[in-house]
Amino acid sequence: MSLFSKKNIELLKKPLNLDNPVTIQVLGICSALAVTVKLKPALVMGLSVMVVTAFSNLVISLMRNSIPPRIRIIVQLVVVATMVILVDQLLRAFVYDVSKQLSVYVGLIITNCIIMGRLEAYAMANKPWPSFLDGIGNGIGYAVILVAVAFMRELFGSGTLFGYKVLPKALFDAGYINNGMMIMPTMALILVGVIIWIQKSYNKELIDKD
Amino acid sequence: MKNFSNRYIYTFSVIMVVLVALLLSFAAQLLKPFQDKNIEVEKKQNILASIRITSTVADAVQLYDKYIVDSYVVNNKGEKVEGVAFKVDVKAEQGKPADKRVLPVFVGKLDNGTLTTVVPLRGKGLWGPIWGYISFEPDMNTIYGAVFDHQGETPGLGAEITTDWYKEMYREKKIFSDSVTFCSVTTYKGGAKKGDVHGVDAISGSTITSKGVEAMLQDCLEQYKQFFITNKK
Repeated sequence: MSLFSKKNIELLKKPLNLDNPVTIQVLGICSALAVTVKLKPALVMGLSVMVVTAFSNLVISLMRNSIPPRIRIIVQLVVVATMVILVDQLLRAFVYDVSKQLSVYVGLIITNCIIMGRLEAYAMANKPWPSFLDGIGNGIGYAVILVAVAFMRELFGSGTLFGYKVLPKALFDAGYINNGMMIMPTMALILVGVIIWIQKSYNKELIDKD
Repeated sequence: MKNFSNRYIYTFSVIMVVLVALLLSFAAQLLKPFQDKNIEVEKKQNILASIRITSTVADAVQLYDKYIVDSYVVNNKGEKVEGVAFKVDVKAEQGKPADKRVLPVFVGKLDNGTLTTVVPLRGKGLWGPIWGYISFEPDMNTIYGAVFDHQGETPGLGAEITTDWYKEMYREKKIFSDSVTFCSVTTYKGGAKKGDVHGVDAISGSTITSKGVEAMLQDCLEQYKQFFITNKK
């Protein structure tokens, strides 16, 4: 079996749209609200979650036949927590400014439902390589939504992108003001709702039959 | 599903926990020098920023050695005491009674020869600690520059205390209302009156962080009151 067979590519692609962890599985909403005020933390958060999901999926999948089912949740938590602490330590050592921006949210990756969700639903029953890809795919799916939401919130809430002013000064002189609502977590939820709406109207098969 | 004996479960847990503990302590030991270096460089960058010198991670140490010409430790009566200013843990000092605290002072020499006095700040924001450095002109009354930082204030709201517009508001403000009366700098919701040398604007949407900065200035600078009064020029 080749490393990037059709089935494996599907594992990477599906979470981007048809099985997106945030908009379809509705996991990881909490951090999607918290870190999406600015683009940079959202992007780094997305990448960190991707790394943690991928590697904990890999480790759990390697161990899946020796994990006693009765303590599997504990084992999963230990693996996830270890990964998160390692990521946190590495960020602190090599990208200190970003690690400061993310502050407590890195630690909170441990409680991100996507990771536990993928471990339970996929890694416990599948081979290491597909599990790893599944982790990468879901991590990207999560990051894409985070970045999309953060893009809208930073643009309309602060008039900047990645901290650079993008809206021309003339616009502000003409009476435009930044929308303070965008900075509030509520707007993240509404934006995620709008994304789900758009996504479902493009993919008819996602609409619940009722 | 396979059946695992209790003995297996216990052995499995013990081995797993020991392995994880070893891995994490090894990683922590390995990365500690890098992390400490980052913290030191950041502190130097902050002190430099408070005397309006912009530095990068690469040149901070060199610029620090160039501009910060002296540093010492004083007590709350303004007398010099034993200690290394750069090594003082401000957080730990704030836990001690006021007369036992040692207060670090850094002296920055600007390009035009003016000596500025830099002191550290530490207080509480909405979600966690906030801290910073503030520098004074030789009259020990007029603020030359200030820099603030925080651990977990809300991005876009409280976290705005790190932005230039916020820090620049503090320039030229005065902390004494007459030669001996300490009044600090007050934060006003809706904006300070034009020309008020003791007041700055609050950040809209983050009253608690703004008030936290105000309290931090009040508490930290008051300890230096005697030092400022006896050393002003």
